Parts: sequence; C-alpha cells; structure tokens
Amino acid sequence: MDIQLKRGMLDVSVLAAIKDGESYGYRIIKDMKPYLELSESTLYTILKRLETAEMLTVRTAEHDGRLRKYYRITGKGLGRIAEFREEWKEMTAIYRFVTKEETGNDEN
Amino acid sequence: MTKTEFLSALRLGLAGLPEKDIEERVSFYAEMIDDRTEEGLTEEEAVDAVGPVGTVISQIAEETPLSKLVKEKIKPKRRLKGIEIALMILGAPLWVSLLIAAFAVLLALIVAFWAVIVAFWAVFASLAACGLAGITAGIGFAVGGKGLSGLALIGAGLFLLGLSVFAFFGCKAATKGIFVLTKKALSGVKKAFLKKEATR
Repeated sequence: MDIQLKRGMLDVSVLAAIKDGESYGYRIIKDMKPYLELSESTLYTILKRLETAEMLTVRTAEHDGRLRKYYRITGKGLGRIAEFREEWKEMTAIYRFVTKEETGNDEN
Repeated sequence: MTKTEFLSALRLGLAGLPEKDIEERVSFYAEMIDDRTEEGLTEEEAVDAVGPVGTVISQIAEETPLSKLVKEKIKPKRRLKGIEIALMILGAPLWVSLLIAAFAVLLALIVAFWAVIVAFWAVFASLAACGLAGITAGIGFAVGGKGLSGLALIGAGLFLLGLSVFAFFGCKAATKGIFVLTKKALSGVKKAFLKKEATR
C-alpha cells in the first residue's frame, strides 16, 4: 500500500480507538487487534505524531503503584475522523470506477 | 528475558538518540510489559509478546530520521559555559588555522597520490610516443637510403613500444590500486564513526 496513505489510515484508526474515551497504549493495541495488528513501536510513532498535531492530549496518572500514560482525543482529532469519513466516500467512488468492468455494474 | 534485561538492552541499543527520547521509549515499553503482566502473563511471556529487543531497536531505527541521529551526534553533550565560548573565540586564530592545515594536509595527500598516477601515465604516453616516432623516423631513414640507421631506429622504436605496452598494464594496476585504497580509507572512517556511535 502507498506509505503515505497507510500512515494516514493508521492515524485515523488510533484516533478511533480513543474517540469514546481516554485509553492507554496496551488497550489501544488490544482494541485494534481484531481488525489490524499494530506493533508497539508503530503505535508509539503514531501517538507521537498525533500529539504533535494536537489531535490528542497525553496525561500521566498513577495506576497500581506505577505510572501509565493516558491518551484523550481533542476536537481537532474528532474533526480528523469526520474528515476521513468524507474522504472515504470519495475513495469508494474511485474504487467503484476502477472495478466497474470486473463487477459488470457500477452500483456497489 | 526479564523486563529489566529487555529495558537495559533497549536503552543500550538506542544510545544514539537524544536522552529524552530514550527515556520516553523505555517507559513506553515498560508500561506495555507491565500491562501484560497485569493481565496474567508471566514476566517472560510479556517480554516475548513485546517482541525480540533487536527487532524493536531496528524498527525504531527505521522510523528515526537520519538527520536526528546526526544532529544528536554533533550536539555538545552539555551547554557550553560562557568562559568556554570566550576561549573558543580567543583561540580561533590557533584552532581555525590548525583546522585549515589539517584539511590542507589531507588535500595534499590526495593530490600527491594522484600526481604519482599522472606521472605513471605520462611515462606510458612518452614511451608510446617515442616508440611510434622512432618507427616512423626509422622507416623514413630506410626509405631515404640510410638502411642500417633506419633499422636501428625501427628496432629502438619497437622496443619502446613494447615497453609502453608493459607500462600500460602497470599504470592500470596502479590506478586501480589507488581507487581501492581510497575506497578502503573511506569505509574505514565510516566504520570508526559507527563503532563510536554504538559504544557511546
């Protein structure tokens, strides 16, 4: 897959993993697991990128006698998800066009 | 592998990164391991799940831009004190000229090496030219009636031409040798740089 495209999609999926409430690293990986396998180092990079882009905020809190980082989505992050849904409509239209000869019709 | 072993191996492998980045990465992985043990995995299983430390390090290396590593490398390890900056400026006439001298020596060495190569090729060219000229002149002499002198000149010309063929192979080998030497020197410098990076 195109690297730029994949990066953008992974960013959105991590945002989606925290959109219903704050979460932490391992839980994000677990929540995504049924859909896609994400390595720790990839997740770290995505979280960093989203933090820099102000799409999420990070807070450190004590949990069971140790520190854990919690990630919370911002308005900008929610905006990114909405934007992605719009973009996706365009993508599916392109997909329909690309595969229209194979499927024999253009309503899919 | 225990958690402590994993984390210290990780820390060691990331030594080329800025201190703050290392700490952040290490605490991120510590949290990942702790969260897994909390879920019921043994420490060893949790470390295994996070992946072999070598793979983790190479993944991180892949994701880190080279510019960051280079920047970290050339950055002073601590803030320079005012007195140090003042000394550097005061010492500039000395260290700047030493730096220029070092570069000049390096340049001179390169020029000297290549001058030898140029000289080799010049010898080859003159041998070949003299050989050809000798043969041409010899033919001229022979046609002009001075048979013996002509024959001697042709002989000398052939001899020189033969030498030039010999010289050609010598020159080729020498040029190739210098190329190989230059390449080796370059890779040696690179290796030294990497080693220092890894052991720091």
